[in-house]
Amino acid sequence: MAIDIQKVDGIVSGYEQSKESLLLILQDFQREFSYVPEEGIKRLSDIFGVPESRIYAMATFYKALSLVPKGRHTIKVCTGTACHLKGAPFVVEAIERRLKIKPGQTTKDRRFSLETVNCVGTCALAPVVVIDEDYYGGSTSENIIKNLKRYT
Amino acid sequence: MEHTKISTIEGLNKYREKILESEKNELPTVFVCGGTPCLAKGSRQVFEAFKKEFGAQGLSGSVELGIKTTGCQGFCNQGPLVTFADKDIVYMGVKPEHVPEITEKTVKKGEVIASLGYRDPQTKEWATEYSRIPFYGHQKKLVLKDVGQLDPARIDDYIAGGGYSALVKAFGMSPDAIIDNIEQSGLRGRGGGGFPTGRKWRSCKAIKTDVRYVICNGDEGDPGAFMDRSIMEGNPHAIIEGMIIGAYAVGSNKGYAYIRDEYPLAIENMKTAIEDARGLGLLGKDILGSNFDFDIKISRGGGAFVCGESSALMRSIGGNVGEPRAKYIRSVEKGLYDKPTVLNNVETWANVPLIITGGVQGYRKVGTKGSPGTKVFSLAGKVVNTGLVEVPMGITLRELVFDIGGGIPKGKKFKAVQTGGPSGGCIPESLLDLQIDFDSLSDAGSMMGSGGIIVMDEETCMVDLAKYFITFLVGESCGKCTPCREGLRRMLDILTGITEGRGKQGDIELLEELCDCLKWGALCALGTSAANPVLSTIRYFRDEYEAHIKEKRCPAGVCKELITYRIDEEKCTGCTVCAKKCPQKCISGEKKRPHTIDASKCIKCGVCRAVCPFDAVIVE
Repeated sequence: MAIDIQKVDGIVSGYEQSKESLLLILQDFQREFSYVPEEGIKRLSDIFGVPESRIYAMATFYKALSLVPKGRHTIKVCTGTACHLKGAPFVVEAIERRLKIKPGQTTKDRRFSLETVNCVGTCALAPVVVIDEDYYGGSTSENIIKNLKRYT
Repeated sequence: MEHTKISTIEGLNKYREKILESEKNELPTVFVCGGTPCLAKGSRQVFEAFKKEFGAQGLSGSVELGIKTTGCQGFCNQGPLVTFADKDIVYMGVKPEHVPEITEKTVKKGEVIASLGYRDPQTKEWATEYSRIPFYGHQKKLVLKDVGQLDPARIDDYIAGGGYSALVKAFGMSPDAIIDNIEQSGLRGRGGGGFPTGRKWRSCKAIKTDVRYVICNGDEGDPGAFMDRSIMEGNPHAIIEGMIIGAYAVGSNKGYAYIRDEYPLAIENMKTAIEDARGLGLLGKDILGSNFDFDIKISRGGGAFVCGESSALMRSIGGNVGEPRAKYIRSVEKGLYDKPTVLNNVETWANVPLIITGGVQGYRKVGTKGSPGTKVFSLAGKVVNTGLVEVPMGITLRELVFDIGGGIPKGKKFKAVQTGGPSGGCIPESLLDLQIDFDSLSDAGSMMGSGGIIVMDEETCMVDLAKYFITFLVGESCGKCTPCREGLRRMLDILTGITEGRGKQGDIELLEELCDCLKWGALCALGTSAANPVLSTIRYFRDEYEAHIKEKRCPAGVCKELITYRIDEEKCTGCTVCAKKCPQKCISGEKKRPHTIDASKCIKCGVCRAVCPFDAVIVE
């Protein structure tokens, strides 16, 4: 996938040229492109004088970053303790069956990416599924499939 | 109000007076909870409805001052919550259609609408006063006092309520006197470890150096914990004020707030707060004419649990992979960029202004001798009332779960509480009268942790829970040290075996041995405490482990390999809902006749049980 290198430079120019900015820039890449593109890593390496391997290490260490493009919509199933107890595993399985992908994968049509997250901090709504920015509390294997239909 | 730099203490006092003067409002301000759970339940729409209603009615006072969105007001499962300034009224489950009535009766005339209050499930009585609602009545709000009473995005709200006056007082004290105060207050790190904050500050200050750092740890990674998020979202200036005081006391000019990326609203509110504080000259050069410079930079975490560990967090701020280091030399000596660093948790920082304002004696009035003050907990799991609570240290678990939490839903039996997340342990019913403080929780094999309290009922399998935490930790282990990287994987193998019916004699002992190795051999606190979920469940629920191993039975009916689904012929009405929804199409039967499940095809997905309106699907 070709990446607009100007966008990369635009993001980089918003930060001071210090290693402290690396993680923040990578997170902005993730937001802008839905992944951390190879071109971006190379560019950062040139600008900051940091080996590509080190940036690659960060991109693989931090869960918020991905090296492959994500789908148009991200489904985050909370599997924090409260959600686990209240049936999050059933919810994950139901989505897996419907979309035929496992957590960490993206559907072939790039409509959905499925992720499990450890806690979104809204335990009162358990089990919680966050699709893009929308929170769905009290999710079940039943109602979550209906909710998926809202996203195209 | 216009934000121009204030350069003296007097200037700040005048500024406060001006805000109070300009915000005189004849009608009480309406507070609409803007915490994430309430937003998810539609509080944004309620807020908009109020705005529209106030505008349409041309109510006195500007709309901006009359209605405010606040941080989390606590009673999350009853949201959206609406409260009023200077009134002892809280409304729950508010919908946009309630807004005209609330405006007409409560805002304009001060009348109470009882049916929007809390309904006691036993007495069926309605209550709208905080003191009459058990969830609020048993709490002691100090750190959270202003969360829910101010708009976190407006620094003027914080200042009007007396904000930044602790800083003014601190500037009148010597740095050593401030540290003395913090030390004598007995404040202990709220992030979980419980290390005395004053001692940490003193050690840092004692070291001769050119640069020191202060850091706020907002990387709240424990599943089931959302206290720090609520404080960052709901009252960010309390944290900033605490950090400025801390920095002044130890002699630091640069601070960092490390916030996990999963908390976008917390990041946004902290960012706004820092910018506003800078705009008023409360951060930056020569703060309030004190000759003291200090500023704060925000770092966003990248979704790695281990970055909540102090040395990993500091590596992450520096633009590295967040791996911890061995702490033969503590971070107060060599922390961020190898400089002396004070790192405290969000809630700890928010306690600092309280101590300075109220004095040591005032602060110690609440809590226990060894753990003074309050603690914020997030109460969740199988409990009726879920949400954010602040209680004095020393309260018992029973009070927390049954008085505030309202007990276990659906008449189920209480089994245990889990405290401290993946670093903590489970506490059984026999210890429900345990006082909650740092020391007694550790003695019971758990820990305070950052304050997540998860309640479990009889349908929770303790072996599955131990497996859950170890699975979590395997995924989050940074892989640097062998006991954590390898030990946890082997523990997961054994636990998976037990839950899938392959457990054998000696498994429990082997788990205990691995735990011991982890406890003594792991590099950082995340590794050494990773044994707690396993050890505590073995300690208190050994019989459950044995039932899995010897009888190949899961008493709680959770472990898939050890259970079967069956339809109760007496309860089944033959409505066919389950048969239609079954993904395996393995439920059959005639309409209006009891159905049956073909166990050979069943994948135990639980769909039939979830959809059955008659609770006729049984797990055995």
